[in-house]
Amino acid sequence: MVEDVTHPHRQVHVAPQADHADVRKTLVQQIAQMRAWLFLAALLIFFEIWARADFGGSFVGSSFNWRSVAIFAVAPLLLAVGQTFVIISGGIDLSAGFVMGLAAVVAAHAINLLGVHMPLPLAMVLGIVIAVAAAGVPGAINGLLISRLKVPPFIGTLGMFGVARGAAFLLAGGTTVPVKNSTFAELGNGQIFGVPYLVLVTVVLVLIMHYLLSQTRFGQHNYAIGANAQAARRAGINIKSHLTRLYVLSALCAGLGGALYAARFTAGAAQAGEPLLLDSVAAVVIGGASLFGGSGTIIGTIAGALVIAVIQYGLVFMNVEPFWQFIAVGVVIIISVLIDQLQRRFSGAKQDE
Amino acid sequence: MNSSVPLLEVRNLSRYFGAVKALDDCSMAVYPGEVVALAGDNGAGKTTMIKAISGVYRPTSGDILIEGKPVSFSSPENAREQGIETIYQDLALADNLSIGANIFLGREPMKKFFGFLPVLDRKAMAKAAEETMALLDFHVKRLDAPVSNFSGGQRQAVAIGRAVYWNAKILVMDEPTAALGVPEQRKVVSLIKSLKAQGKGVVFISHNLQDIFAVSDRIVVLRRGVVAGSRNIADTNHDDIVKLMVGG
Repeated sequence: MVEDVTHPHRQVHVAPQADHADVRKTLVQQIAQMRAWLFLAALLIFFEIWARADFGGSFVGSSFNWRSVAIFAVAPLLLAVGQTFVIISGGIDLSAGFVMGLAAVVAAHAINLLGVHMPLPLAMVLGIVIAVAAAGVPGAINGLLISRLKVPPFIGTLGMFGVARGAAFLLAGGTTVPVKNSTFAELGNGQIFGVPYLVLVTVVLVLIMHYLLSQTRFGQHNYAIGANAQAARRAGINIKSHLTRLYVLSALCAGLGGALYAARFTAGAAQAGEPLLLDSVAAVVIGGASLFGGSGTIIGTIAGALVIAVIQYGLVFMNVEPFWQFIAVGVVIIISVLIDQLQRRFSGAKQDE
Repeated sequence: MNSSVPLLEVRNLSRYFGAVKALDDCSMAVYPGEVVALAGDNGAGKTTMIKAISGVYRPTSGDILIEGKPVSFSSPENAREQGIETIYQDLALADNLSIGANIFLGREPMKKFFGFLPVLDRKAMAKAAEETMALLDFHVKRLDAPVSNFSGGQRQAVAIGRAVYWNAKILVMDEPTAALGVPEQRKVVSLIKSLKAQGKGVVFISHNLQDIFAVSDRIVVLRRGVVAGSRNIADTNHDDIVKLMVGG
């Protein structure tokens, strides 16, 4: 019981409440919010200086370099946009990588089988639809496990990681499945006005996901659930159906990623997404999301994916051993999270009263 | 408004949990613009009472009436639809969202972008937030700031503002001043007064007799599941209430 020094019967007069939301945004907070873009700028400056010093060319000025970076960024970004939604809700989708592999194998088989009976472009479109739909199945199971059966997302999707992995390798017969479809190969490797089709498809998906997260009720509820699931439930939000749809969404993004992988390499491989899963989580985290949920944006995730792609491509460009890229990405993740912690401490200290 | 009809009336309400009589034949009433404090020791039945009023528990027997009409609640959502909003200690706010987004959580207004693409109408949310918070004498400059930037009392104001916006007739508040510093407690007291000025009915639980005396019109004291007494604030004092609470 808190003792009040005022007399109980006296009217308590209170001044109009001051506005403490008018928090002085410290430099730290501003830096923290833009950290992915700052990383990106720093990397580009670094590679630019290196390119000029080493052979007198430009890194940033080359459209070939940009195209390569974009191609590097596409696959992890497709996983990462779905992962962004899941992480904001406070969950994680560990199965996305092998769901992508499963979709790649399904796409390869489906397009080959359909190509016998119909024109190649139609076979390609139907095959992609089938692959994305097939990816939705493990997504729906993830969603049901997590929303109805209260399995923690880490465990539920870890289980599905194994199931999707096994299913993908079984379907592929333990090897890669080559695709014979010239339209599909063109989708994976062609370009229009200097922009690869893969990049165009990814841009469209990213725009849709950005709209979904920032402008719709689904996105708004996603943030609310990540911050305070109890509050969201009391506000009448159907959390079970939201979570189910969320994991299906993540799996569909991974499915599209798998289909595009098969297009790029004209083959479906079960291990297509294996190295991409952690890249996708890293992109989301570098992009400013918290693994505790409640924060993150698609724009940030794009920056995060570009940071990783620039590191990967830039180090190839510098001709250093590829293993350095693991170290570089790891260091960026750690610095990113440290900046986030610092910012939290600063903004926490600002909450007076 | 006919103030002879209570906004909320509880008649001979009982709630048993097996052989335990958490509430036994309790009656109370809240009139428009009236603040009723529920006082009592731990286990006296205060929480059971507000849970029955807010639709969490179904009464074993007895009636609840809103503006003279008997009602029954199938769920807290149902009670809310009928005008009873409950504000729990944790406030149920999404800290990462703005005041407007919290007020509209679960029923966000939409508008059409370029005439076809449905998007969240943030402007409408911000405007409603500003107007609602102004009613509570809480003037906000940065309507896009997440509510985590606000102090405890201000967050309480946001939770109350949400209830006011959705036309709650009766606000049920569980320990609104607990876990707050003294200046913040005073803000909550002034918030409750502004609700009273708007003709809302307020039921609140508090352990803090200072707060109870500062804001309530009537105190209903519960003891071991029964109403030990009901006192108008003008006719009582601390000692009287404490005696009712402990049964002296």
